[in-house]
Amino acid sequence: MDKIDQLQKTASQIRRDIVRMVYNAGSGHPGGSLGCADFLTALYFSRMKHNPAFRMDGKGEDVFVLSNGHISPLFYSILARSGYFDLDELKTFREIDSRLQGHPATHEGLPGVRVATGSLGQGLSVAVGIALSKRLAGDDRYVYALTGDGELQEGQIWEALMFSAHHKIDNLIVTVDWNGQQIDGPNDAVISLGDLRAKWEAFGWETLEMNGNDMSEVLNGLDDAKKRTGNGKPVCILMKTEMGYGVDFMTGTHKWHGIAPNKEQLDIALGQLEETLGDF
Amino acid sequence: MLEKLLDFKDKKATRDGFGDGLYELAKSNPKVVGLCADLAGSLKMNKFIDAFPERFFQCGVAEANMMGTAAGLATGGFIPYTGTFANFSTGRVYDQIRQSIAYSHKNVKICASHAGITLGEDGATHQILEDMGMMKMLPGMAVVNPCDYNQTKAATIAIAEHNGPVYLRFGRPGWPVFMPEDIPFELGKGILLSEGSDVTLIATGHMVWESVKAAKELESRGISCELINIHTIKPLDEQIILNSASKTGKIVTAEEHQINGGLGESIASLCARKMPVPIEMVAVNDRFGESGKPPELLKKYGLDSSNVVEAVEAVIER
Repeated sequence: MDKIDQLQKTASQIRRDIVRMVYNAGSGHPGGSLGCADFLTALYFSRMKHNPAFRMDGKGEDVFVLSNGHISPLFYSILARSGYFDLDELKTFREIDSRLQGHPATHEGLPGVRVATGSLGQGLSVAVGIALSKRLAGDDRYVYALTGDGELQEGQIWEALMFSAHHKIDNLIVTVDWNGQQIDGPNDAVISLGDLRAKWEAFGWETLEMNGNDMSEVLNGLDDAKKRTGNGKPVCILMKTEMGYGVDFMTGTHKWHGIAPNKEQLDIALGQLEETLGDF
Repeated sequence: MLEKLLDFKDKKATRDGFGDGLYELAKSNPKVVGLCADLAGSLKMNKFIDAFPERFFQCGVAEANMMGTAAGLATGGFIPYTGTFANFSTGRVYDQIRQSIAYSHKNVKICASHAGITLGEDGATHQILEDMGMMKMLPGMAVVNPCDYNQTKAATIAIAEHNGPVYLRFGRPGWPVFMPEDIPFELGKGILLSEGSDVTLIATGHMVWESVKAAKELESRGISCELINIHTIKPLDEQIILNSASKTGKIVTAEEHQINGGLGESIASLCARKMPVPIEMVAVNDRFGESGKPPELLKKYGLDSSNVVEAVEAVIER
């Protein structure tokens, strides 16, 4: 089994986890979670240097910050399957007394989560701060962040973009989940993002594009992004994805941004997602 | 004791205490970093910046990102001190502080200058009088409002030892330096400035000075005030307050803040639960401020020493 095939199988299991977690909880955000599953699988299972024996400061490790915190089912599945905590804990998602809050939090010290996110537009600034801390500490590892595209409507994002370029934060790779959808509909119907690439470039960022639902493109894109670090500019990957990717009736629509499937829909979804590593 | 306090030598702004404290602290603690949103001069951060340029991050007029960046630096093990005006340190960035700092347990020191009405001529857009209320409601957030240059300097240095978010509030105008230079600062510990028997007078920030003057005036009228400086609004030093209230049976509070959400409210809540006593509050009563000179504003908004005297006389009548 080659590497890409392995990662695809992992991503399939993670998609099963996402759909099952949201079904169990009766709420949550499957759309963006499914769309970003390939990206986060590639990051955590192939490209990022990280240690499940979690330390908050991430010293000597690559650090990831999820700014669009609502895709927590994906993040939790990735962390559990990377060994940060027991797979069994995925059963507690969104339940009382759980560390797996609706949106990620440092609640009760859940390993792998470094900051609470969910109120949008904030995680990127935190990633910027962590990148600065690595520079100050002489730590040559990288900081990754993921944001939604609707999230780019938050003003704080553009503050962070200006700041990062001005301070030449070049150990930072920010990926935008560019699925074109947000809660109330397509970005273009809500608030158009305009020429996103031109905007990031105008803010002084090294910018590239990739298809986030093609594992080999994701791996190449991450490698390309890494090559562009260290040159005095922060790096942005505009990642085209389809919301809900992997489950046909959830794909390409904002409808599945934040609702749970019923039992029948769950079964159809699971029928489209191979169980490769064993369900939780 | 009152005489000793009244015999001050110098006037300096509390923000100078912050600037000098930050510089002293940074010399001995390499983990301390500074961030500022285009107000480094106003916050008196230049001594720190000149000495430790690599540990300073200019954020521009972008406070939300500054708070998030500070949370990130804290995640990486540093102790960030953010500097901007109190208005932009709280109301403007409440959600950033709430989610990225307070809820996430980040060791960020939010340092806020130009707090209250004594900001003066810039007017109500900048004169925040709600900041302590907003900050004290956040779980895990400590709230500190020192009273003069020496106490602000000591507080700036001391809060680095506290592992958790702190809101440190200070002001713009030159103000009597009446606390001893070597004043120790212990987070959450009130200071008994002067013993008395008739009324407990509890003050914070600039209003401590107005209360010292008031206590002296009241002494000449035959009223003995027990004067307590509460520099830490949260966690509140309940013991020092209850001990004194049990002795005097009456309390007056004084602060440069809205009556809603301030120190007086915290003390009233404590006393309602543990020791009901009559309380009068010297604070701004549900109004926005306006332009003017600090002493004029204190007078117009009911915050000068004569208002403290009136409040003490009123509580005695009850």
